[in-house]
Amino acid sequence: MTFLLAVATGALYAGGFYLMMRRSLFKMIMGVVLMGHAANLLIFTLGGLVRGLPPYIAEGQKHLGEHFADPLPQALILTAIVIGFGVNAFGVVLIRRVHESVKTGDLDEMIETDSPEELLK
Amino acid sequence: MAIKSMKPDRTTPLFGWLLSLIAWGFFFWLARFIRPVASGKTFLFSFSWAPSIGVDLSFYIDGLSLIFALLISGIGGLIFIYAGSYLSGKPLRGRFFLFLIAFMLSMLGLVMADNLILLFGFWELTSITSFFLIGFDHEKEESRSSAMQALIVTGAGGLCLLAGAILLAMVGGTPSLSELMTRGEMVRSHGLYLPILILILIGAATKSAQFPFHFWLPNAMAAPTPVSAYLHSATMVKAGVYLAARVNPILGTTPQWEYLVTGMGFVTMIIAAYLVLISSDLKRILAYSTVAALGLFMMLIGMGTAVALKAMILYLMAHAFYKAALFMIAGIIYHETGIRDAQGLGGLWRIMPITGIAALLALLSKSGIPPFVTFIGKEMVFEATLDSALSLLLTAGVFFVSVSFVVAAFLVGFGPFFKKMPDYGKKIHEVSFSFWIGPMVLSVLGIFWGIFNDRTGRWFVSPAASAIFGDEVNVHLALWHGVDIKLLLSGAAILLGILLYALWGRPFRRMIGWGEDRRWFGPEWGYGMLLDFIRMLSRWGGRILQNGLLHYYILFVIIGAIGIIGLPLLELNIKSLFLKGQSGTFYEIGLVIILLAGILQVVFSGSRIISIVGLGVVGYGMALLFLLFSAPDLAMTQFAIETLSVILLVLVILHIPRLTHHSSRLSRRVDAFFALSIGALITILVLMTAGLPEMGSVGSYFAENSYIKAHGRNVVNVILVDFRSFDTLGEITVLSVAAMGVYSLLRLRQEEKKR
Repeated sequence: MTFLLAVATGALYAGGFYLMMRRSLFKMIMGVVLMGHAANLLIFTLGGLVRGLPPYIAEGQKHLGEHFADPLPQALILTAIVIGFGVNAFGVVLIRRVHESVKTGDLDEMIETDSPEELLK
Repeated sequence: MAIKSMKPDRTTPLFGWLLSLIAWGFFFWLARFIRPVASGKTFLFSFSWAPSIGVDLSFYIDGLSLIFALLISGIGGLIFIYAGSYLSGKPLRGRFFLFLIAFMLSMLGLVMADNLILLFGFWELTSITSFFLIGFDHEKEESRSSAMQALIVTGAGGLCLLAGAILLAMVGGTPSLSELMTRGEMVRSHGLYLPILILILIGAATKSAQFPFHFWLPNAMAAPTPVSAYLHSATMVKAGVYLAARVNPILGTTPQWEYLVTGMGFVTMIIAAYLVLISSDLKRILAYSTVAALGLFMMLIGMGTAVALKAMILYLMAHAFYKAALFMIAGIIYHETGIRDAQGLGGLWRIMPITGIAALLALLSKSGIPPFVTFIGKEMVFEATLDSALSLLLTAGVFFVSVSFVVAAFLVGFGPFFKKMPDYGKKIHEVSFSFWIGPMVLSVLGIFWGIFNDRTGRWFVSPAASAIFGDEVNVHLALWHGVDIKLLLSGAAILLGILLYALWGRPFRRMIGWGEDRRWFGPEWGYGMLLDFIRMLSRWGGRILQNGLLHYYILFVIIGAIGIIGLPLLELNIKSLFLKGQSGTFYEIGLVIILLAGILQVVFSGSRIISIVGLGVVGYGMALLFLLFSAPDLAMTQFAIETLSVILLVLVILHIPRLTHHSSRLSRRVDAFFALSIGALITILVLMTAGLPEMGSVGSYFAENSYIKAHGRNVVNVILVDFRSFDTLGEITVLSVAAMGVYSLLRLRQEEKKR
């Protein structure tokens, strides 16, 4: 299963990078979202795959048993999911705003930092 | 820059006097060492600074460093007084004095440093303060480019010096100059001797404006005149001469040393002496004659005989006095008349007689007329060249330089005062006491040293020459040696110089044109070409790498990552990786297939809504994977977040442009190739890493202590809200900032609509 998840991670990265290289603003943001998933899956797979043994201390026990899923990568990924959402939400609203301002969805047309004069009016 | 002052500024001259007290403090502290040093003692003050890299704040006082330090502090004191008058009423004079003081301290550190690395540090500080002082009139393009030129040339030389100093410290086994002086034999016989010699000489040559690096010094005349008088004639430019003299006991006396140093000095001296004759700007004349003098000093150090070294020290002292005086006089003339061209000046004798007297004395000193100390100096230089192996060539060279010095002296010290007065178009006054006192004192000292030549010899020349020679040098100076070939040469040089000066106007005016027109053809032209080339290269590189297109930035990052991480993996046995990992159940395999299908949908869909749906598929697939592999908390979070994301995307979709193909088919294929490559690379990396034996996870600590210490059974939750709760606080902060950003972006639009 590690092999399949490694392939899935690679596919997420490939898709993310491909989309980020597109000139369309929308595709670029979709690429960023995919990259977020990719990073999470990477950490998750590397943390070791365990079936059906969540890091939960059973009633009457003082600590986890011998076999359990590593809680640390899970804590990291949890943080990453939430922060990733914050970044994605901001990004999505930003591209909407950018599109309204510069009237284009083509990143290559946005290489000038100075806005055209008619936009300042 | 003749400033028409609105109201007289009385505070700045006073300020100059006050600041000169700093210099006098150093001067009198140093003066106490004159007698002990003359009797053969040396002093070493050492403070620990960075012992781990062998750098100590250690200062060494012997005959050589003492005479330089005395010149720096003594002339510095007079310069501060002069600068107070020169700069009165000008803007930013406080900054000017700050740089000047910083320079003086750096220069004192340079000549007294015992540690090679410390010496390099002070060396660079003088370059940097010099940069600020040359570029003081920063509103002028000429000042800025001259300052930059001086910094680049001397800075590049400084780097060579650093390399040479490190090599020297390695070869000699110590960074201490005073210890290295006892190990000269060892260094000279080492295989790295020649690289060390060349690197250190490049450092010395750039600083002391030796050919082919001489061009920065005349351009540095863009600095205010006090700076030219102090840094670019009396002190900083002599740092290279000091360095060559300092390392003479370590690196000197070999044939390589003699050829390189003597040759460099000789060529510099001849070229500069010629350039003196074809210049007409007062400061430029003085600058070229300074370069010629520096060449002469280098040549004498290269010759390395006791007579040559004595002559060098004596002439160096005399030069510091008369050259600083002449610069200050040129500055006074410029300050009062606003003219710097020797052809446009005259008749000032009647208007400013005191300055005129100082100028006459400096003129006589520079020309080498008895009883000035320069006369004795010049006799000794001739004595040294007549004794040398190449006596005819060197003597002829020195003779030519002497003639050129006489012409320069008359151009600056005679012409402006005694030629016919031109119409200046304004009233010119004699300058104030604090203005003329500096040049006057320096000019008078020229006679003083000449008359009391016995003490000059015993106190200054002998200890300094001994320090350079590495052995006791006895000095007996006298004004009168009887009529011999040296006296005849001196006399002939003076007469020929006066003759040339008399002819200067007509025959040389054509040559000035020649010289100024052809100035591009020389080392400065090479410097300009090199600078243009570097600029072009960086513009080209900037256009290629920083083109503003995100596409290329990401592509370069990917290619770089593949190159750095991927290439070493080429030798890897890929097959072994595929066999890894236990097989999955049918629903796990199915889930991964759905995930891959989702990715394909996001990437290749031409519709916005369908790619958002694809993204949802990927997100929920991730959540299910988390659920299957023992991470229920992640699964719950992922479900919630994914739902929110999809809703958000659908909400803004109407405001997002329709998808069209912007890039060409070829570009898409190239991108797809590299994206797949990096994906494959990451897959391989995951497989390699997952195969490593477990290193012992930090997770076991949380597994042990989660219930005992934090009283929580869900370990992931305990980590987030207890063990690493500050991280969670940070996370919340990020979320709120993002929320504020989202809110303000939406809000901004609404308000625009209202308007």
